[in-house]
Amino acid sequence: MKTIYLAIVLAPLLAAVLAGLFGKAIGRTVAHTVTIAGVAVSFVLSLIVFKHIALDGGEIFNGSVYTWMVSDGIHFEVGFLIDKLTALMMVVVTFVSLMVHIYTVGYMRDDPGYQRFFSYISLFTFSMLMLVMANNFLQLFFGWEAVGLMSYLLIGFWYKRESAIYANLKAFLVNRVGDFGFLLGIAAILMYTNSLDYYEVFAKAPDLTNETMSVIPGKEWAVMSVICILLFIGAMGKSAQMPLHVWLPDSMEGPTPISALIHAATMVTAGIFMVARMSPLFELSETALTVVMVIGALTAFFMGLVGIVQNDIKRVVAYSTLSQLGYMTAALGASAYAASIFHLMTHAFFKALLFLAAGSVIIALHHEQDMRRMGGLRKYMPITYWTSLVGSLALIGFPFTSGFFSKDSIIEAIHLSHIPGSTLAYWLVLLGVFVTAFYTFRMFFLVFHTDERFRQHAHDDHGHGGDPKESPWVVTLPLVALAIPSVIAGYTIDPVVVGDYFKDAIHVAHGHEAIAHMTQHYHGIWAFVAHAFKAAPVYLALLGVLAAYIIYMQRPQVADWFVDKFGWLHRILDNKYGFDSFNETVFAGGGRALGSMLWRGGDAFFIDDVLINGTAKSVGWIAGKVRHIQTGYLYHYAFAMIIGLLLLLAQLVRKMLFG
Amino acid sequence: MFADWPLLSLVIWVPIVGGMMVLAAGDSGAAAARRIALGVAVVTFMLSIPLFTGFDRSTYLMQFVEQTPWISAFNINYHLGVDGFSMPLILLTTITTVLVIIAGWQVIQKRVSQYMAAFLILEGLMIGVFCSLDAILFYIFFEGMLIPMFLIIGVWGGERRVYATFKFFLYTFLGSVLMLIALIYMYSKSGSFNILELHDLKLSLGEQKLIFLAFLTGFAVKVPMWPVHTWLPDAHVEAPTGGSVILAAIMLKIGGYGFLRFSLPITPDASQAFDWLIIFMSLTAVVYIGFVAMVQKDMKKLIAYSSIAHMGFATLGMFLVFRIIANTDSMQGAALGIEGGVVQMISHGFISGALFLCVGVLYDRMHTRQIADYGGVVNTMPVFAALFVFFAMANSGLPGTSGFVGEFMVILASFKANFWFAFLAALTLILGAAYSLWMVKRVVFGDVGNDRVAALQDLNQREFLILGILAILVLLLGLWPAPLLDVMHASTEHLLQQISHSKL
Repeated sequence: MKTIYLAIVLAPLLAAVLAGLFGKAIGRTVAHTVTIAGVAVSFVLSLIVFKHIALDGGEIFNGSVYTWMVSDGIHFEVGFLIDKLTALMMVVVTFVSLMVHIYTVGYMRDDPGYQRFFSYISLFTFSMLMLVMANNFLQLFFGWEAVGLMSYLLIGFWYKRESAIYANLKAFLVNRVGDFGFLLGIAAILMYTNSLDYYEVFAKAPDLTNETMSVIPGKEWAVMSVICILLFIGAMGKSAQMPLHVWLPDSMEGPTPISALIHAATMVTAGIFMVARMSPLFELSETALTVVMVIGALTAFFMGLVGIVQNDIKRVVAYSTLSQLGYMTAALGASAYAASIFHLMTHAFFKALLFLAAGSVIIALHHEQDMRRMGGLRKYMPITYWTSLVGSLALIGFPFTSGFFSKDSIIEAIHLSHIPGSTLAYWLVLLGVFVTAFYTFRMFFLVFHTDERFRQHAHDDHGHGGDPKESPWVVTLPLVALAIPSVIAGYTIDPVVVGDYFKDAIHVAHGHEAIAHMTQHYHGIWAFVAHAFKAAPVYLALLGVLAAYIIYMQRPQVADWFVDKFGWLHRILDNKYGFDSFNETVFAGGGRALGSMLWRGGDAFFIDDVLINGTAKSVGWIAGKVRHIQTGYLYHYAFAMIIGLLLLLAQLVRKMLFG
Repeated sequence: MFADWPLLSLVIWVPIVGGMMVLAAGDSGAAAARRIALGVAVVTFMLSIPLFTGFDRSTYLMQFVEQTPWISAFNINYHLGVDGFSMPLILLTTITTVLVIIAGWQVIQKRVSQYMAAFLILEGLMIGVFCSLDAILFYIFFEGMLIPMFLIIGVWGGERRVYATFKFFLYTFLGSVLMLIALIYMYSKSGSFNILELHDLKLSLGEQKLIFLAFLTGFAVKVPMWPVHTWLPDAHVEAPTGGSVILAAIMLKIGGYGFLRFSLPITPDASQAFDWLIIFMSLTAVVYIGFVAMVQKDMKKLIAYSSIAHMGFATLGMFLVFRIIANTDSMQGAALGIEGGVVQMISHGFISGALFLCVGVLYDRMHTRQIADYGGVVNTMPVFAALFVFFAMANSGLPGTSGFVGEFMVILASFKANFWFAFLAALTLILGAAYSLWMVKRVVFGDVGNDRVAALQDLNQREFLILGILAILVLLLGLWPAPLLDVMHASTEHLLQQISHSKL
C-alpha cells in the first residue's frame, strides 16, 4: 500500500513540476493533460485507498517514508498516517481538485498564464495531500505552510493587479500569524512529549492532564490548554476564524477556480481537519474546547451578516464560507468532530459548486462580478441555474440536501453540549441559519431572477454584446458532477456521524458525548428528517428564503428603507466591523512606524551617532587626522599585513624544508 | 586515495597560491585571469569534497589533522583539523567562491585579475580560519581575511566605500584586538596556543568572564550581533555584489563559529553567567532588526538587516543550553539548539548569498538598489522573478527550504528554555515574511513600473546557472537536512559535555 500512498502525492507533484518548469516547451494542451491526469491518478488511487480502509476494514497505515533528520535523539520523519479520517479527506480533496482542474480548461482558456496556473493547482493538491496524510507534526506543518504558499501564489496569480498583490501579501501574513501560534504549539508538544509523531504524542498526552506551566510568572496554566489553544491559533489562520478571517474575503482576487478549490473546499478546511485529527489532545482541555466553540459560533453568525451587504457575487460566497467554517469550528468545540468533518465534506461539494457556478456566471457576463449588474440569467444559463439552485439549497440546509444533514447535526450537537459557552454558541448558530438562507437567496434571486440589469452595462465596445451564453461543457460538467454529491452526500450521515466510522481516528472524552447522545436517538434517516421538521432550523431557513424573496423579488424598496433607517448598522456591516482598518492602522502602520523609529532612533542616532561617532569625537583630533588620511592608512595597513603574513609564511616554509 | 593527502593545507593554499598566479597574470589578459581563477576555485571545491565524503561521523575528534612546529620559541604550531562544525563551513566557502567568481565574470571590467585574486586569497584565508587549531594561526587568518575584504569594498565598491571600509575596519579591529589579548593571557597561563588544550585549561570564574567578554567583542562584531551591527548594512551597500555574497555567506559565520570553538568550550562557566546577555542580544536581533528591515528602502540594506536577524537564530541556539537545564533539569533540547544554530548558518549562507546575487542582477541592469525604482519586474524577467520569489520565501523560513530547518530547530529548543524566548523568536515567522515579501511585492509584482523596467532583459545563462545551483542547494537542504545533521552529532555531543562540566 505504501507505494500507492506515495503515488497519490507524487502524481500531482510531478505533473506540477512538468507543467511549471517546462510549460512553454510542452504547450497548453499537454500541460493541462498531464496535470489533469496526475490528479485523476490521485483521485482513483484515493478511491481505492478509501475502499481498502473504509469499506473493507483494512489496517490503518502508519509508516515513515524517509527520515528528514535526527537531532538530539528525536526523529523527524516524513511519513503517512492513513486511517478513515485521512481516507475521507483524500477523496474529498482529490475529487474537488479534479473537478477544478477540468473546469479550469474552460475558465482560464484565454489566460497567458495557463500552464503556470495548472502547475500551481497541482502543486496545491500535492501540498494539501501531504497535510492530510501526515503522521507527524513536522509534515503537518510542511503541508500547512505549503498550502499557504500556494494560496499566496494563486491569489496573486494576476500579478499586475494592485489589489491582487495586496491581497496575497495580506493572506500570507495573516496566515503567518496563525502559523506563529501553531509553531509554538508544536514546540510545546515537543517539549512535553519529546516526540512529533501523532500516535506517540497521543499516547503521552493523557499524562499531561494535570501538568501546569507558567507562561505569565505567577499564573499556572494547564499544559494541555496552552498547547491546544496555540494549535487552534493556527487553525484560526487557515480556517479563517475571527479575528484572523480578514484574508479570506480579499483572496477572491484570485481566479475563480482557486476560490473554489482553495478558499472553499480544501485549504480553509485544514484547520478543521487539524483539530479533528488532534481530538485526543483537545479532549483533554475543556478550556480550549470552549474557546474553539465560541470563536466558531461568533464567526458563523457575524460573518454571515456581512454576507448580506456584499454586492460582489464572489464575496457573498466568500463570507458564506467564513460563516460555514464557523459552523464547523463550533462543532469541533462541542466535541462533535464527526459532524464537523461531515459538514466539511458536504460543504466542500456544494461550496465548490457555488463558486464554480459563480465563475460560470462571471465568464458569461465577461468578467462582471457585481450582482447589481446581473439578474434574469435563468433563461440563458439553465445548467448553471439549476446546479446553483442545488448548491444554494444545500448551503441553507434545505431538507433532503446534504447540507441539511450536516448542519442539523452540528446544531443538534451544540445544543446537546454542556461545556461553558455552549448556550451562547447554540443561539448564534441557530440564528445563523436564517442569515445564511437570507444572503444565499438574495444572491440567487439577484443573479438568476429579477430584471436583466447586465444589458445597460454590457461592454459593447469590446464587441461581445448580445445575450449571455451557457458555459462550455468543461465548465458545466464539473457543476453537474458536484451537484450530485451536494444532494446525496448527506445520506451517509449513518455511519459517518451517528455510526462508528471515525471510531479509530477521533477520540471523544467522557462527558463530551453530544454525538453519542444523538446516536441514541437516531432511528434511521427518515426519522431524522421527520424530527427536523419539528425543530427550529428548517423553519428559520425557510423564513430566510421567504424574506429574501419578498425583499428582492417583490418589494425592492424594503432594502432601501432598511439602509435608510438602519444606516449605522449597514455601515458597520459594510465596514466589516472595522477589522481591516484596524489592522491596517495598528499592525501594518504601527509596525512600519516602530521600524522607522528603531532604525532612525536606535541604529542611526543612538548607536552610530552617540556611541560610535561619540567615541570617535572623544578621541578628538586623532579622529580628525585619521579622517584625512584614511584611504592611505587603509592601504598601508593592508600592505603591512600582507607583508607580515608573507614573512610568517616564509618562516613556515623554511621550517618545513630545512627543519 | 585522499587519505594521505594534506587536504586542509591544499584547500587553504591552492586558492592563495592560485590567487597570486592570477595576480601575476596581470591585467594584460582579463580573460585568462577569469579562467585561471575559475579553474582554481573549482579545483579547490573538488579538493574539499573528500572532506565530506571521507568524514568520520562517529567521532568528535579532529580529523584530517596536520601539525608542524612553526615558531617553536612560542610553541606556535601550524596545526589544522576539522570537526563536524567546521567541515560544513569549509564546503560552504568553496562552493560560494566558485559561484562568486562566475558572478563577477562579466560585471567586473576594472582590474579583473586583482578582483579575482582577492576572492581566491580571501577564500584560502577564510578556510584557514575554519580549520586552524592553533590560536595564533587562527588569529592570523582571522585578521588576514579582512585585508582582501577591505580591498574588495575599497576598490570595487560604491560611492561611500571609504566611509564603509573605515567603519568596517574600526569595528572589526577593535573586536579582534581584545581577542588577541585574551589569547596571549591564556598562553601565559598554559604555555600553549593549541585550541584543544585551551579547552581543558583551568580558569577561575573571574578570568573566564574577562576572556568571555573579550571573545564576545571579537565575535559579536563579526556575526554581527545587535548593537554592534551597524557596520554591516553600510559595508553591504558599498560592497560589490561578490563582496556582499562572501561577507554574508561566510564571513558572518566566523563569529558564530568562534562561539562554538572558543567561547563555549574555553569559558563554560562564564558562558553560563553571561548567557542572558547573548540571548538578549540574539532576540533583540530577531525582533528589533526585523522591524528595522521592514522599513528599508534600499534592497541591499534590507537583506543586510535580514542577515542580522537570521544570524540571531544561530547565536540564540548556541546559548540555550544553560536555560534548558535550569528549566527542565535535562539537557534534552540543547543539542537541537546548537545544531539548529549551525544549520541556520549554512542555510543563511545559501539564501543571503542568493538574495545578494539577485539584487546584483537587478543592479547590473538598472544601476539602482532603491526598491521604489522598481515594480513589475516579473513582466520582463519572469525567470528571475520566479527565483527571486523562491529565495524570498526561503528567507521567510518556508518549510521545504533550508531557511526553515535552523529556525524550526532553534524555536523548538528555545521553547524548552523559556516560553517567551520561543515567542519572540517565532515572531520571525511574521516579521521575516513581512519584510521579504513586501519587498517582493514592490519590486517583482505589479504592472511594469517604468520604462527602464520595461526594457529589462531576463537572466543570462551564467546568472541562471548560479542562482539555479543555489536554489537546488536551498531545496535539498530543506527537504533532506539529515546528511548535514549527521556530520554534527558527535561534535555537538562532545561540546555539550565540555560546557556542562564546570571548570571551577
